[in-house]
Amino acid sequence: MIGGGAAALCAAITARRAGCSVLLAEQAPEPLRGGNTRHSRNLRLSHDAPTPFTHGVYPATEFWSELARATEGTADPLLGRLFVERSAGITDWLIEAGVPLQPIAGGVLPESRRTAFLLGGGKTLLNRLYALAEQLGVEIRYGCEIRDPVIEDGRLITLTVRLDGTSYPSTPRTTIACCGGAQANRAWLRRHWGAAADGFINRGTPFASGELLESLLRQGVRPVGDPKAAYLVAVDARSPADDGGIATRVRCMPEGIVVDAHGRRRHDEGGDTASTRYALWGQRLAGWPDQTGYLILDARGLCAAPPALYPPIQAASLDELAGRLGIGSATLRATVADYNAAVRAPTDKRDDWHTVGLDPPKSRHAHPLIEPPFGVYPMRPGITFTYQGLAVDERARVRLTAGGVVENLFAAGMIMAPNLMARGYVSGLALSIGLVFGRLAGEEAARHVRA
Amino acid sequence: MSAPEIRAEARRALGICDACGYCNGFCDLFEAARRRPALTEADLAHLANLCHACRNCFHACQYAPPHVFAVNIPLALARMRHQSYLDHVWPRALAPLLNRPVATVVWVTLGAILLLFGLMLAVAPANGGVTVGTDTGVGAFYRVLPWSAMVWIGVLPLGWSALAIGIGWRRYWTLTRPKDTVANEAVQPGRALWSTLADILDLRNLRGGGPGCNDLDARFSHWRRRLHQTLLSGLGLSFAATLAATLYHHGLGLEAPYPVLSAPVLLGTLGGLALLVAVLGLGWIEWRADPAPLAPEARRLDRAFLGLLSVVAGSGLALLVWRSTPAMAPLLGVHLGTVLAFFLLLPYSKFVHSGYRAIALVRESLDRVSIRRDNA
Repeated sequence: MIGGGAAALCAAITARRAGCSVLLAEQAPEPLRGGNTRHSRNLRLSHDAPTPFTHGVYPATEFWSELARATEGTADPLLGRLFVERSAGITDWLIEAGVPLQPIAGGVLPESRRTAFLLGGGKTLLNRLYALAEQLGVEIRYGCEIRDPVIEDGRLITLTVRLDGTSYPSTPRTTIACCGGAQANRAWLRRHWGAAADGFINRGTPFASGELLESLLRQGVRPVGDPKAAYLVAVDARSPADDGGIATRVRCMPEGIVVDAHGRRRHDEGGDTASTRYALWGQRLAGWPDQTGYLILDARGLCAAPPALYPPIQAASLDELAGRLGIGSATLRATVADYNAAVRAPTDKRDDWHTVGLDPPKSRHAHPLIEPPFGVYPMRPGITFTYQGLAVDERARVRLTAGGVVENLFAAGMIMAPNLMARGYVSGLALSIGLVFGRLAGEEAARHVRA
Repeated sequence: MSAPEIRAEARRALGICDACGYCNGFCDLFEAARRRPALTEADLAHLANLCHACRNCFHACQYAPPHVFAVNIPLALARMRHQSYLDHVWPRALAPLLNRPVATVVWVTLGAILLLFGLMLAVAPANGGVTVGTDTGVGAFYRVLPWSAMVWIGVLPLGWSALAIGIGWRRYWTLTRPKDTVANEAVQPGRALWSTLADILDLRNLRGGGPGCNDLDARFSHWRRRLHQTLLSGLGLSFAATLAATLYHHGLGLEAPYPVLSAPVLLGTLGGLALLVAVLGLGWIEWRADPAPLAPEARRLDRAFLGLLSVVAGSGLALLVWRSTPAMAPLLGVHLGTVLAFFLLLPYSKFVHSGYRAIALVRESLDRVSIRRDNA
């Protein structure tokens, strides 16, 4: 198993239970193991009856149609249907493996029909699955990098293992690649995004280098998805360059206005209030000067804002605020004055605060920014994953551009997720892809080994 | 760390939790923290005492060290909790006892045992000298030390301790009680008290939302919760034994030592065994636990209290076993000395956590009841 997240663990446990000897090579050191599973929280699954972990029902057909819509038809129909069907078995498998899920009866979760929540989040899942894998006899190597795969005649012939500064060749009978996307690879991002890539913050593990992915593609593996695309979310610009996770999100754009580095508004802040707004703003910021936006709130908005990782930058006046942000104070004052002048109170119950005659407008939640102190959340695009991966068949075998498959190379998790989502996203999807295809790849790899 | 540094670190770490929220299924702490975004000094004291130190949130934390955010809630809140013990101890001059708990327990226990031996020697001439032979007759204990002396060495330190603890707990309640009188009137305190009692009996906040706690490491277990309740039962049974003995003495006019198959001895024996089992189990967990989420000052307090309980229970059981031998008199002195030390140190030991935690649970129950009423 190349990788150490949910997909690699499911594959390793499944293959080991089927009688294979398994080595799991995790590139991260033990405390930071688990790829972006460490930052995950919930998983999407179909279910035909209410469960202790999900409300209502979520038929596989509904899951599939939502997946197809959210990914704008990019999901492979064969793999997609297989995925939504098999997602129904995830929770039973996890519970049997000792991974606790959070019961909805606790009353502290958002009401969710589509996703189940991991009790304590992804790191608890990792702790349990690593313990189970060890107990079953999976050999686990931390700080272990796998590189330089060689594919000949539809077979993976050899790999290079780097451990403790030493490289040596390895020839496993079967390999499963579960080592994620390329979002932590600055060179990759610069190649596809140019200088804008330097303004990105990587929300997840710093070990998602995509190097194995790239070398497999160079060996003739068929790519899927879009190398130029990335899932971006608006995060606090003060976040660390890597690994800031969920807490770095900036969430309250509808409560204020968002200006660019020149102090000008560029988009309707009230237009998107669903949770999809995080990703919409991430994409927008990537195209802005310095990939930076400033969410400006007044005292009212600061009160309404949800808890955030860093306190807002505060100032008693707009001039002082402009000074602290390095924006021209005349421009910022004019932007806010134009906005305030365009604000209209709602006229009836169904109406909301909105602007009139402003470009761009603010269609909802357009309260005037008048009450000091003023506060700012500086924002940048936070990259979550990239959208290029390895094409796989319905047995999770890696496909070749020239046709056919690499018979002893399988893939699971985010390295093959673009088969199911070459764009777009719905919550809980990534973890479910890892869990479903990890198990599938483990079963198929074991079958191949025994054949 | 100074008190302001401890508070600043608790605020910083809880601020990250508020923005993350992944652990809200483990216990009441995280939702309670979200309801208190200001994290005032009183809020921090409340949250610290609400935390049952189960450590699940440390092992589940995506931001735990070596992550740059270095979030360690059990450690931050253990420090904060210890600080709140120091802040509320009465009299304040005795706060250092909580910072040197092992030495305190050792010296106070030795001193108390010496005092008991001194008293025994002082009363010996009146009873015809220290009992060196075997004395199994009715009233044998009281020939070593008169009943009235035993009552005084129980009542005086207990009276003092009740006063000192009462003042500390009262100060703490005044600090953290609901200040919003309107909300306060809206709740039914009766329901809140019942739900608090259920929380204490079940130790719901040590269930980790179902699978249990990370007692030793990232594995889930219910042992700490069970052992804690075993300890609590042991204390309860020992107290019941004392009540039964009082009833025998005053109501039935029977003098100790009582036969093995009598209520005081049976209750006391069960209580002593429960205490011993619990202390050994908790001590083992304490010894083997991953130290990363634990605060040294809290561990010292735990160890000292477990040590004190073990000598109280151990000497009591030893007295039962050897009460018909010449060892009875010295064992009685040792046992009464450890009990005296236990009574004296109640306000200056881990024992104080019971009140602070109960108050924190009452506070949470009041909140929950008022939230339920808001929703209704």
